[in-house]
Amino acid sequence: MSGSSEIIRAERLGFKYAGTDKPAIQNVSLSIGRGEFVLLTGPSGCGKSTLCRCLNGLIPNFYQGEISGDIMVDGLSTSKQLTSELSRHIGYVFQNPENQLFALTVEKDIAFGPENLGLSRAEIRSRVDSAMHVTNTVGLKDLAPYELSGGQQQRVALAGVLAMQPSMIVLDEPTSFLDPKTAEEIMSAAEQLRQDQGITILVVEHRLDLVARYAKRIIVMNKGEVVADGGLEETLDTQFEMLTGLGVGVPRVSLLWAMLRRDGFVTGRVPTHVEEAADSLSKRLGN
Amino acid sequence: MITLEQVWFKYPSGSLALQEVDFSVESGSFIAIMGENGAGKTTLAKHLNGLLKPSSGRVLVDGEDTRKKSVAQLARKVGLVFQNPDHLLFSESVRQEVAFALKNFGYPADVIETQVKRTLESLDLSEYADTSPFLLSGGERKRVALAAVLAWEPDYLILDEPTIGQDYQQKERLRNFILQLYSQGKAVVMITHDVEFVAECNPQVVLMSKGKVVGSGSADRVLSSDQLVEKASLVKPQMAKLFARLKPQGFPGDVVDVHRAKMLLEAKLVEVKGSVPQSP
Repeated sequence: MSGSSEIIRAERLGFKYAGTDKPAIQNVSLSIGRGEFVLLTGPSGCGKSTLCRCLNGLIPNFYQGEISGDIMVDGLSTSKQLTSELSRHIGYVFQNPENQLFALTVEKDIAFGPENLGLSRAEIRSRVDSAMHVTNTVGLKDLAPYELSGGQQQRVALAGVLAMQPSMIVLDEPTSFLDPKTAEEIMSAAEQLRQDQGITILVVEHRLDLVARYAKRIIVMNKGEVVADGGLEETLDTQFEMLTGLGVGVPRVSLLWAMLRRDGFVTGRVPTHVEEAADSLSKRLGN
Repeated sequence: MITLEQVWFKYPSGSLALQEVDFSVESGSFIAIMGENGAGKTTLAKHLNGLLKPSSGRVLVDGEDTRKKSVAQLARKVGLVFQNPDHLLFSESVRQEVAFALKNFGYPADVIETQVKRTLESLDLSEYADTSPFLLSGGERKRVALAAVLAWEPDYLILDEPTIGQDYQQKERLRNFILQLYSQGKAVVMITHDVEFVAECNPQVVLMSKGKVVGSGSADRVLSSDQLVEKASLVKPQMAKLFARLKPQGFPGDVVDVHRAKMLLEAKLVEVKGSVPQSP
């Protein structure tokens, strides 16, 4: 099964938290292929985090409520698996790394997951070293997580997830606590993992500017349902009004272009990043 | 006015979080404090309402030394909204949360009711009045924390990373809210990494790095300066990056917000189209 090119398959997936009267997500059908870099976005409260919790099995195994439809992750049905088993297939980096780190040192924190898989000492050693190497946290290994800056903590959280060698990593607003430079580092580290190890990346973000460079596909949710799912460039170009209407933080260069185009000053596709916008504008300005 | 005079602060662990900081917040000013993770921004914010007292130097709030005042006394004047809303929230409903401080300050019930209603409306939280804050999403909890402080209308409002987890419409609402407070003569200080939000709000910017103030000025000047942005581990807003590339076309070098960018480009595009035949 895990040889399949599809890593996530949801069919008419729905979930209602216990004690609430309307479903947090409903009728979600989607498929994500191995090695994709996908951006999941939508207004606050649209169901993004709920969908992510369905992917790593926190729903229905940890959160109480009513689940409907089907969800398969790496060929496994999440409701029939222990969350601990799923964590070998799908890793989750939380918005606030403070909520994720707990051990006395960075190294122990990263080793925690593999230790609980009952792996050999040598295997644990090698996984921890490799995860620290990839995330550039080797120099932090003897520090306590609370001594680290937000960006360092986020890198350690990512390392802990990597040490489980998952097929897919979900990053839930990973950059919100980070300064812009560190945020770019985390995004490019994720892209590197995708390229080198074929790990599927799903980033949940309000702001498109940091992710637009890497994500080829965008999934937009609103009120618990998927309202757009397609190529990032194409969606930004053809559904611009819908995206801004939902409060999606479109890149400022895209917004600038869309406004100029609306008022008849330029024509052509909405750019997704600065270099593209600069080239298009320079051409039109005759240089 | 809040004044920090040669403030140094050392945490009990020995790490030096602030060094020789001179900084003031005048009534009716709007300031963004920016800088890398661990630069000392939050430590500075906690000095403004007396949660932390300087190891040396002093902090004056309307002329009074914060070392001689309790946080409760200072809180009426200086409201601090934490970065992580969960550090603040504890009530059973959003309504109770927002009313809590007003009750403590001894306002009459009818004033509390109007004030809570008004605050919830302005932050788009009315529908959650009777919901537990802990059932809300991260972005919503953040707004509840903000409402809980705004409700008592402090003269100085300190916001630690207010845009985290907020979508674009909520940021717009937050921006209007801040501008409204600012027009009422309140001072707003926000700590943020969000360069695009700062570019659109155009406050005064104070840059921090490694516990020191390393630069300050208007948002358009600071955020378009390679040197200053580099110093504080920021990146330029997209408009500044774009206009740096368009500089050969004779545009000014300090464009940071999208509306000014649009006006400048429109003028130039009209000029070019007037002299050059349009491509098919």
